[in-house]
Amino acid sequence: MSFAKIPKPDELIRVKYDMPGKSWMNTPVDFRPGTWSHAGAAKNLTALDLPNPRAWQPSDEDWKLPENWQAIILAGMKERLEKYRSFRLFMDICVRCGACADKCHFYIGTGDPKNMPVLRAELIRSVYRRYFTTPGRIFGKLAGARDLTLDVLKEWFYYFYQCTECRRCAVFCPYGIDQAEITMIGRELLNLVGCNINWVVEPAANCFRTGNHLGIQPGGMKDMLEFLTDDIEERTGVRVEVPLNKKGAEILFITPSADYFADPGTYTCMGYLMLFHELGLDYTMSTYASEGGNFGLFNSHEMIKRLNAKMYAEARRLGVKWIIGGECGHMWRVVNQYMDTMNGPADFLEVPVSPVTGTRFENARSTKMVHICEFTADVIRNGKIRLDPSRNDHLRITFHDSCNPARAMGLFDEPRYIINNTCNYFFEMREDAIREKTFCCGAGAGLGNDENMEMRMRGGMPRAMAVKEVHEKYGVNRLACICAVDRATLPPLMEYWVPDVSVMGVHELLGNALVMKGENERPTDLRGYPIKETGTP
Amino acid sequence: MGIRSLIISFIFIISLLSAGYALGTFAPWLTASLIFYAAFAVFFAGFIYRVIKWALIPVPFRIPVTCSQQKSLDWINASPIENPSGKTGVFLRMASEIILFRSLFRNSHTRMYEDRPVYGKDTALWLFGLLFHASMLIIVIRHLRFFIEPVPAVINKLSAWDGMFELGVPTIYLSDIIFTVSAIYLFMRRAAVSRLRYISLVQDYIPLLLIISVAGTGILMRHIYKVDLLKVKELATGWISFSMALPEGIGLLFFVHLFCVCALLLWFPLSKLMHMGGVFLSPTRNLANSNRAIRHINPWNAPVKAHTYEEYEDEFREKMKSAGLPVEKE
Ligand code: SF4
Ligand code: SF4
Repeated sequence: MSFAKIPKPDELIRVKYDMPGKSWMNTPVDFRPGTWSHAGAAKNLTALDLPNPRAWQPSDEDWKLPENWQAIILAGMKERLEKYRSFRLFMDICVRCGACADKCHFYIGTGDPKNMPVLRAELIRSVYRRYFTTPGRIFGKLAGARDLTLDVLKEWFYYFYQCTECRRCAVFCPYGIDQAEITMIGRELLNLVGCNINWVVEPAANCFRTGNHLGIQPGGMKDMLEFLTDDIEERTGVRVEVPLNKKGAEILFITPSADYFADPGTYTCMGYLMLFHELGLDYTMSTYASEGGNFGLFNSHEMIKRLNAKMYAEARRLGVKWIIGGECGHMWRVVNQYMDTMNGPADFLEVPVSPVTGTRFENARSTKMVHICEFTADVIRNGKIRLDPSRNDHLRITFHDSCNPARAMGLFDEPRYIINNTCNYFFEMREDAIREKTFCCGAGAGLGNDENMEMRMRGGMPRAMAVKEVHEKYGVNRLACICAVDRATLPPLMEYWVPDVSVMGVHELLGNALVMKGENERPTDLRGYPIKETGTP
Repeated sequence: MGIRSLIISFIFIISLLSAGYALGTFAPWLTASLIFYAAFAVFFAGFIYRVIKWALIPVPFRIPVTCSQQKSLDWINASPIENPSGKTGVFLRMASEIILFRSLFRNSHTRMYEDRPVYGKDTALWLFGLLFHASMLIIVIRHLRFFIEPVPAVINKLSAWDGMFELGVPTIYLSDIIFTVSAIYLFMRRAAVSRLRYISLVQDYIPLLLIISVAGTGILMRHIYKVDLLKVKELATGWISFSMALPEGIGLLFFVHLFCVCALLLWFPLSKLMHMGGVFLSPTRNLANSNRAIRHINPWNAPVKAHTYEEYEDEFREKMKSAGLPVEKE
């Protein structure tokens, strides 16, 4: 990862929260390099039948919009105002109390007033007032209403792709106004005229065709998984098998493709595979539904549904009874909040019952999909596996609550239970940076690309500073998380702000600690690092 | 930005007060009948219209913002209020939001301190917001005594309790003081904190200034330029029975007060003050986090074009076969 083009940490940290003299209504965006993402490539838009595929970049003067782009957007806005109560209500009832203002990591990291959630919303609310409310139509600017100009559209693009849809602002808003919801609609509107970013539409296009974001084809997936099982054998002496596309298995396991493709997710994936082997689970993975994550969430509600449809379709085809989902943030936002509504009812599946413990997962009785942390916590609680936490004694762990499991699900104690049972040194970060108040990695929602690096380091700063604190206080050297996007975005964030801390998934901890039947002596962890006590502080 | 909106708001409020004063002097009956009825009609009709309009829009997805542990395994302590899994939980969550301003209580302020962001607890907005709304509610209830004869015992009790310090003649109501102070605080915060001023619009200042005018004229006419309360009551009961008689000699200040109240009522349904109704409808708060247990129905669940397994296999069949993966069609 190269940070050559961006300021050094000691410069970047000097954020000023002063307000500019000029009104936010007439300060057009400056597309400064390092703070925005490249436009969606035409081939990806075409692959997904999205409108207005063309070659362009946000920094261009001319965005090559369709002739009637204003009419398209206003019609799209009208449609969504009638379809989503959230959108209409959130346009109407914000009192501009400012409680959300300094809760956004992008505001904290940039000091840019338009990164205050309230102003991010005003960017679109001002247009709403102008075209959809009487006072706005009559009084215009005086009532905070603005015409939909090209400058306004560019502003939308810049700031809606500078929001990671993390929902932290919504926790603090007295009315639960959720900027993530507004950003989602805002991005949908931009999409109507072909304005999106490649880091969203390329994974989505890949996923649509090959089943996963990375575009891995069936044989490739098989090779990769075999590679991981070789590594497991090398470390443990135990050979595990990974069933693929196996009809009649009891459980379908779906995890983000990054878990079996890219470090450090691969170690997490090894953890899953070892656990399933040890439990003798009758499961299968799928090459068709080979992606847990859903980049549709960062594109449109329609795209969520299109990509998510594969999970149930494949579960039905393979004839499994229920589904386990791996460690992933936005995947679980989709599974928890959208999947059943969009693609259900999953009446061809059975209410999940753990074959290991007999526990019936009542909370997943309709979706029939259980989070791996729920599954594993239950296994540990029932004493069905042997764990040796001292095998993680070289690690001093802190835990990053990923935004989506935190604020769109409330999955807090299951991963902590696993962590507490698999390692001896676990230290929580400060209270205002964990659980529902957790800070985003700064690069979710499709923003985790290289060209956006400065903004990522800025947005991730509050998270990094909280890690730095426990690093200095307790000698924390490993940041655990349960999200594949985090496993991709936190390593560079740490490298930049807290270089001595590396990143792992919770099931990697489990893989290290899991005592397997017939295993060899294990002097190293799954990464091949020697296990030795680092000493208490 | 901000200063201009402030000046415009002051000009607006001063014109409004002058209008109220002029009407009170030359045509008090107009304020006391036509404007009064119009304001109440617009308020009620507008409020109901807007709430119904929101309520008719579907809630396609169940999207609660979860602020604590979900209900999953039996032995993990779920938080029934901050992350409700059922109707009771939702009810309690909404009650805590509406009665106690739960979310606002979380407020903090972010500062840079020695190259670190620090988040100090900041409960002032919560405190004054809560005091403001609670005292407003008490004041509104107290005012019902002008409309109802005989005055219900609860209202008398409330008034007695509210004036328990028995300072001055007539007694100063605690709620009046708290209301005025908190309204002034909310206004000053908006006008003086640069961040707040930056995000504030004319329509953010005006309701606060209006409310301060209502409170100010109310206090003045109770304690300094006293108006004849018996005659006010006569007028108010007349409103209820639609008898248009205007008692003589109520006092000018009353009409300015009434005029400001009417302006506020007219303003209400057109503005953000509708948060009063909207707060009940917010889908991130008033839904249970129970999607995985109970399917939520989207009334317009639109069909989409997905990529089927058959299409997938058609493209990759040969590759699947050579990788030794099972296929549907040979
Ligand atoms: S906290 Fe809510 S009401 Fe207050 S400014 Fe932010 S979005 Fe608006
Ligand atoms: S959802 Fe997250 S990134 Fe977006 S405005 Fe709110 S706090 Fe900021």
